[in-house]
Amino acid sequence: MSDLVDVQINGEWHQFPKGTRMIEACREVGAEVPHYCYHPKLTSPGNCRMCLVQMGMPPRPAPGAEPAQPDEDGHVPISWMPRPVIACANTVAPNMGIRTQGELTENVREGVMELMLANHPLDCPICDQAGECHLQEYSVEHGKGEGRFREQKVKKPKNVDVGPRIRLDDERCIMCSRCIRFMDEVADDPVLGFTDRGSHTTLAVYPGRELDSNYSLNTADLCPVGALTSNDFRFQMRVWFMKEINTIDTNCGTGANITVYARQGEIFRIKPRQNNSVNSDWMPDSHRLSFHWINDEETRLTSALAKDENGNHQVVTNENAYAIAAAKLSKYKGHEIAIIASARMTNEELFMVKRLAKHLKAKIVETVPRTGEADGYLISEDRNPNTLGVKTVLGLDDPGSQLESIKDDIKQGQIHALITLQEDLITDAGFTDDDLAGLDVLISSYPCANPTAERSDVVLPGGCWAEKSGTMLNIQGRLQRLNKVTDGPGTTEEPWEVIRNLQQALGGGNGIHSHTEIFNQLAETIPVFAGVKFQDIGDLGIPLVETDETLPLLEREKERVAQGLIVG
Amino acid sequence: MTFMKAWTTSTLSLPNTPDPIFLTAPQNHPNHRTYPLPTMSAITYKSGKEPHPNERRIIFKNVDREGWDQSIDTYEGEGGYDQLKRAVAMEPGAVTNEVKSAGLRGRGGAGFPAGLKWSFLPPNNTKPVYLICNADESEPGTFKDRYIIHQDPHQLIEGMAIAAFAVGAKLAYIYIREEFPQGAEILEKAITEAREKGYLGKNILGTDFELEIYVHRGAGAYICGEETGLIESLEGKRPYPRIKPPYFPAAMGLYLCPTIVNNVETLCHVRHILEMGGEEWSKVGTPNNTGTRILCVSGDVKKPGYFEVEVGKVTMGELINDMCGGLKDGRSLKAVIPGGSSAKVLRADETFKVGKGDDCKEISIWDIPMDFDTLAACGSMAGSGGVIVIDDSRSISWVLNNINNFYAHESCGQCTPCREGSLWMKKITDRLVADKAAPSDIETLDAVARNIDGQTICAFGEASSWPTESFVEKFKDELIADTKPELENTPVNAEKELAAAGLL
Ligand SMILES: Cc1cc2nc3c(=O)[nH]c(=O)nc-3n(C[C@H](O)[C@H](O)[C@H](O)COP(=O)(O)O)c2cc1C
Ligand code: SF4
Ligand code: SF4
Ligand code: FES
Repeated sequence: MSDLVDVQINGEWHQFPKGTRMIEACREVGAEVPHYCYHPKLTSPGNCRMCLVQMGMPPRPAPGAEPAQPDEDGHVPISWMPRPVIACANTVAPNMGIRTQGELTENVREGVMELMLANHPLDCPICDQAGECHLQEYSVEHGKGEGRFREQKVKKPKNVDVGPRIRLDDERCIMCSRCIRFMDEVADDPVLGFTDRGSHTTLAVYPGRELDSNYSLNTADLCPVGALTSNDFRFQMRVWFMKEINTIDTNCGTGANITVYARQGEIFRIKPRQNNSVNSDWMPDSHRLSFHWINDEETRLTSALAKDENGNHQVVTNENAYAIAAAKLSKYKGHEIAIIASARMTNEELFMVKRLAKHLKAKIVETVPRTGEADGYLISEDRNPNTLGVKTVLGLDDPGSQLESIKDDIKQGQIHALITLQEDLITDAGFTDDDLAGLDVLISSYPCANPTAERSDVVLPGGCWAEKSGTMLNIQGRLQRLNKVTDGPGTTEEPWEVIRNLQQALGGGNGIHSHTEIFNQLAETIPVFAGVKFQDIGDLGIPLVETDETLPLLEREKERVAQGLIVG
Repeated sequence: MTFMKAWTTSTLSLPNTPDPIFLTAPQNHPNHRTYPLPTMSAITYKSGKEPHPNERRIIFKNVDREGWDQSIDTYEGEGGYDQLKRAVAMEPGAVTNEVKSAGLRGRGGAGFPAGLKWSFLPPNNTKPVYLICNADESEPGTFKDRYIIHQDPHQLIEGMAIAAFAVGAKLAYIYIREEFPQGAEILEKAITEAREKGYLGKNILGTDFELEIYVHRGAGAYICGEETGLIESLEGKRPYPRIKPPYFPAAMGLYLCPTIVNNVETLCHVRHILEMGGEEWSKVGTPNNTGTRILCVSGDVKKPGYFEVEVGKVTMGELINDMCGGLKDGRSLKAVIPGGSSAKVLRADETFKVGKGDDCKEISIWDIPMDFDTLAACGSMAGSGGVIVIDDSRSISWVLNNINNFYAHESCGQCTPCREGSLWMKKITDRLVADKAAPSDIETLDAVARNIDGQTICAFGEASSWPTESFVEKFKDELIADTKPELENTPVNAEKELAAAGLL
């Protein structure tokens, strides 16, 4: 590119595209600049002043004087400016010098830190942000250690109920305005703003309004301190005790990238993870908070069940359950068997479904569609996370279109046995008792107790999204990884294991020991996946199938990048 | 010949002013010189409001004038709007060139050359251009724009119309300080009159130049006067100043369109520059510090008030002793803040190095000519023209605390150093005047100011830290004398006492 400019950072020359923000240039070469208000997805007000660095430019020759001569590398000596500049909003220029270290920068940082902490309550011991607080981090790195502030601190509202899911502590707020800008620029619901002025500046919600957008919890993520906290998470767990697992959201076809925070198998919170091709930095509250049932052992299936001669469920070992299921199924011919799987399953699980269907010569394989209204941001109309996987792996053109004929076949006595995997037919697929009454055998696998399981001859506990690994294809055709956060309760197994074990009990294939092995088989047998290696998918996924789906939030973000308003 | 030309070249005979015709600085004065004063025989001023002979009334010609009113008829009766007529017959660029050759520097605070500012408009611009008149006048010690607005509104409107023509603006705003409700009404009325006479609206004076001027009442905060804060406020938001770069108003101003912001007084001068011609106008005042400007004197003088003088042709001594009647009886000068409360204080017994090279000399405070460059060379600034005189009856701690109160109250709170620093400085000086400060607090005070200076979004950071920096530098002994060593390392308020006792 011809648009590269030479920039010296801490004494070394580098090249960056014209227009690169100084802070991004520094980050790229490992000279991280501390910052609070700057966020690449939001406009830059330059208000925190934490990113001040020293800047220099080639000296401007005095009128009539010769310009300075370049050295052997072609660089003109830099004349350093006596005043610092903000790195977050200024862009690099040819032959610019930046010092993120050195006396001026360090003094200024120390000064800003001291002022930032002057009126801060320093209530870290009772603050949820402790451990992931940028104020804590930077004050250790750049602070003075000892405060000179002898005055009474400014008193402001604490524990303010700003919305159904967010709580505000105004004394902790450092007035970076990230939350305000997010609600205005991304969520299109500018309910937050500052009132009063000077050091009495107070974050508040517009009178008569609440911070109740379905994207409100992103403000808690954005808040660099503990001013905005999630009602759901506050006081639940210290952040340093939790394990972080990168995976994806399965509440809709977008497949927002997320990080799940768990401790000893229990999930405590979910945060969006940046993926500029999927969810930017954000996720909807409704998806973020939909994990609590996973931790609730009351509703979970914790062991396999089989019906005794009186029709009562008895706890059995998983092994026995597979044996019983296999014995029941083997009484029927393939054309008397149907399988209803799920578009919440991974590609690997669907591959196993396909294999099982082939082994059983099952008459019909189907999945259950799930739709809702797209929200114009990140939530897509398709509320299944892997419909494209169903189409690609199972080869179904119109998933769900055969559900009615399965009901009819059961009524007319053509189908006698039904295997349902990861779906509750009664609650989610419009099946009634009557529809199922004609069956001789009903085998189901699901994470929790449910009406379909209640009617099943054999019930196998199968892990939910957080309890399994594999891959999915989002609505845009991006292949993404789902990573296991925790083991399911009791004897829960990953769905691919359930299917493998059932097939083994039926005397079928063998030799699969991991989801990655299944992926390799996928790649060998299904053309779309040809040549893809599991390890290539990485944390951010890879584009695999072309679709014409767009995500409105991302489109708007692209526009703002093009206008130069945000970095992106 | 027009009235103005007449009195720029002849000599003076003022009521209450005895001859001689020439005003003379004291013979021993380093700036000793004589110059002719204009004839003002045609004009009489209200009794007790007569201009001082040292004054040269151009902008304030009609302020306190006998028989003068704000109507357009009165204004037209003295050649009003003639300069607009002349302007619309010119090329817009030629108007800008006159302003450039006049060397007009902004009267709002920074002293930036107006013609140069106008030429910063992007050359291939396709967006609308806006002109904004900054009538937020809120720098403590400054009270000049209000008199123009109240008594001679058409002068401003004519100046704005000429400026709008020059910069290609079809829409202009007067952002007027919220506390001037009557001024806003007067301007509204004047705008209506001007529109009725065809000086505003479409096809102005039969040309295709069009202009609407709207009066916008300010939001009641000092920061609304900072030009980018003003623009935000005009857009209906909190007056949070914008970062520069990228938001230089000339390129990305109101609604992110090219915008020129000028002070009331600056825009009025434009009218007179056209009348006299830029070259001629530039001969008023001193080189690089051209024209007249209005100095507003407040504080410990016998006769505080406003005085329009040729820039650089009146010294501090003349201003205080001659024009303001001197200090109050029995008092002596302690300090002067020469350009609005934000300007660095000058100590009465300091000497100042001014001039370059061979012209370099040391002068006393009395001999400082009141111009942009000299006041900058003295380590302060001409700023908004507000001269605050402090005599020996004043406690410096009290003065500084008063200033710090203002800035802590007016900081917009957007950026960290100013938001936290301004209140911190106030709290320290609050204790200082309440006998609750220790000597080391003065060092902290200075350190806080230096943590603000140069590190903020807008110039309020300097405005709020320069007073403290300069007072501590120049009056350290007096400040320390107001402290108590025994308060070192002790809790100085209830909160700290409780904390020290482990109760908080
Ligand atoms: C804190 C602050 C307050 C200001 N207040 C005013 C004001 O009240 N009136 C004014 O004309 N300029 C004020 N200014 C200066 C304006 O930002 C701007 O420079 C000026 O209006 C430009 O006009 P000029 O070039 O004609 O002076 C202020 C600047 C700062 C930093
Ligand atoms: S609440 Fe948090 S995100 Fe919002 S302005 Fe305050 S510190 Fe910034
Ligand atoms: S310097 Fe002060 S007034 Fe200016 S933007 Fe920052 S906080 Fe606001
Ligand atoms: S990151 Fe806040 S000013 Fe740059």
